[in-house]
Amino acid sequence: MIAPIRVDLQLIADMVEPGTRALDVGCGDGSLLAYLVNFKRVDARGMELSQAGVNACVANGLSVIQGDADAALRDYPDDAFDYVILSQTLQATREPREVLRQMLRVGKRAIVSFPNFAHWQVRLRMVFGGRMPETPSLPYKWYDTPNIHLCSIDDFRALCRDMGVRVERAIVLNSKSHRIQMPPLLANLIGEQAVFMLRRD
Amino acid sequence: MLDDLTDAERKALAQCRHAVLGAEHPLRLDCGVDLGPYRVAYQTYGTLNAARSNAVLICHPLTCDQFVAERHPVTGKEGWWDSLVGPGKVLDPARYYIICVNVLGHCMGTTGPLARDPATGEPWNLRFPVVTIGDMVRAQAALLDHLGIPDLFCVIGGSMGGMQVLEWAASYPKRVFSAVPIACAAHHSAQNIAFHEVGRQAIMADPEWKGGDYRLHQTVPARGLAVARMTAHITYLSEQALQRKFGRALQNRNVLGFSFDADFQVESYLRHQGSTFVDRFDANSYLYITRAMDYFDLAGAHGGVLANAFKGTPTRFCLMSFTSDWLFPTRESREVVHALNAAAANVSFVEVESDKGHDAFLLDEPEMFRTLSGFLKGAAAVRGLEAVL
Repeated sequence: MIAPIRVDLQLIADMVEPGTRALDVGCGDGSLLAYLVNFKRVDARGMELSQAGVNACVANGLSVIQGDADAALRDYPDDAFDYVILSQTLQATREPREVLRQMLRVGKRAIVSFPNFAHWQVRLRMVFGGRMPETPSLPYKWYDTPNIHLCSIDDFRALCRDMGVRVERAIVLNSKSHRIQMPPLLANLIGEQAVFMLRRD
Repeated sequence: MLDDLTDAERKALAQCRHAVLGAEHPLRLDCGVDLGPYRVAYQTYGTLNAARSNAVLICHPLTCDQFVAERHPVTGKEGWWDSLVGPGKVLDPARYYIICVNVLGHCMGTTGPLARDPATGEPWNLRFPVVTIGDMVRAQAALLDHLGIPDLFCVIGGSMGGMQVLEWAASYPKRVFSAVPIACAAHHSAQNIAFHEVGRQAIMADPEWKGGDYRLHQTVPARGLAVARMTAHITYLSEQALQRKFGRALQNRNVLGFSFDADFQVESYLRHQGSTFVDRFDANSYLYITRAMDYFDLAGAHGGVLANAFKGTPTRFCLMSFTSDWLFPTRESREVVHALNAAAANVSFVEVESDKGHDAFLLDEPEMFRTLSGFLKGAAAVRGLEAVL
């Protein structure tokens, strides 16, 4: 049996239609892949930076290769997948805009989840603490964080507009991982993370 | 048919199966020659299920043969992939029908330079046509036709065996459900061709070789073949493995001998590798098989674009390489992975941490076994093999 998966991964899994083709970029231990394969009959592939992660995934019967989002997406042909998924990784890429462009070239749709850098806790720590924020979703010191391109939910929407990408769905979660439905300005304050489903316009 | 067998061939054929093919439809070789009839020696483990869906083809590397998981009829040594194949192992004959075919041009029962030309009745020797990895694979496919096996659940092999796996996947995509090329590349590098050329020149420089007609003269180019093996053997090991195993340790002495005896253990080891190889391998076969590897260039055969070899492939791939393998380094496996991605193929790739060099794929490497076991389990589930067995 498969253990329950992280809330944001479950949200992503729910967005994926059964029987489709999906590529999970930065698939980690493969829990989303395993879920998609076993419960939604998805032809799911993974890409993961850590070789240990890759080996564990393949040993579990998942199709995973070693590679990083910045470079390896370029190998794939146009429209190779129905969905290209990037969960909690966009902020760690060198060129997030190019990664998004590649995702939407390789996939008909892209699903992206990321931590919101405009969450109220982040704002408070920055404004009143005067220090780089450390929160449950951003648990790193400034000098060893892999997150080199953090953004807010509104920043991400602006990038989508700028790229001419259609936002098909946007789900915002608060710090208890509950879905919240609020006007954008408030969501950008209360939301700790967001999941977007995008499509080329 | 057609030939006076060597002792080794006679022992091999007594312990395995064989088929004579190509009498009516000869095998068109890449060099343009039609070969037929020709004999294919092969070994099987396990039983083909009623749905004929559990066949696994193991492709053997250069100096191994069809005796994958049993005592070797010539050397008396254990099977070369005993660690992988057998009851309770990753490739269990209780689940799979496992086939290993002695490759074309080899010397363990399949037709090669040792055989006689059916047209003239004379021994082929160096007049045997130069064969390619593609020819080897086509001969294997002809055997499967003969055996009535429509497709393979898995084709697996390391080194030259891995080249055959890639060739299988490129030439017969619909017959290959899953493919596991290990420690190999889509072409032989300049450095690898260079090492092979040293080996071949060593054989041909041996006065006992006699232009390849040594059996006629009842000689054996043993020294040349031994040197070829010694050179090749170094390429199978890593620098760390050699250092760990031997260092500068002396052989049966405490001080340097100031001579050209095997002072060092590493020399003694290599000499042993060379001399025992001669007992089980034929010098002309060595020329042919190394040539086949040198000629392998899958991209070249597909307009210079490797991805074209795999266009629209339905096969599930799992590639493996080893960190200390400098004969077929990881980057060459990665090239294949890139090409497979460009073809949007279903591919897994694992680099196994090992300091044992190229030889690691023949050794006890738990991470390789875990990877393979997981991959096969996943592939079997998709093929519905569980239900069949």
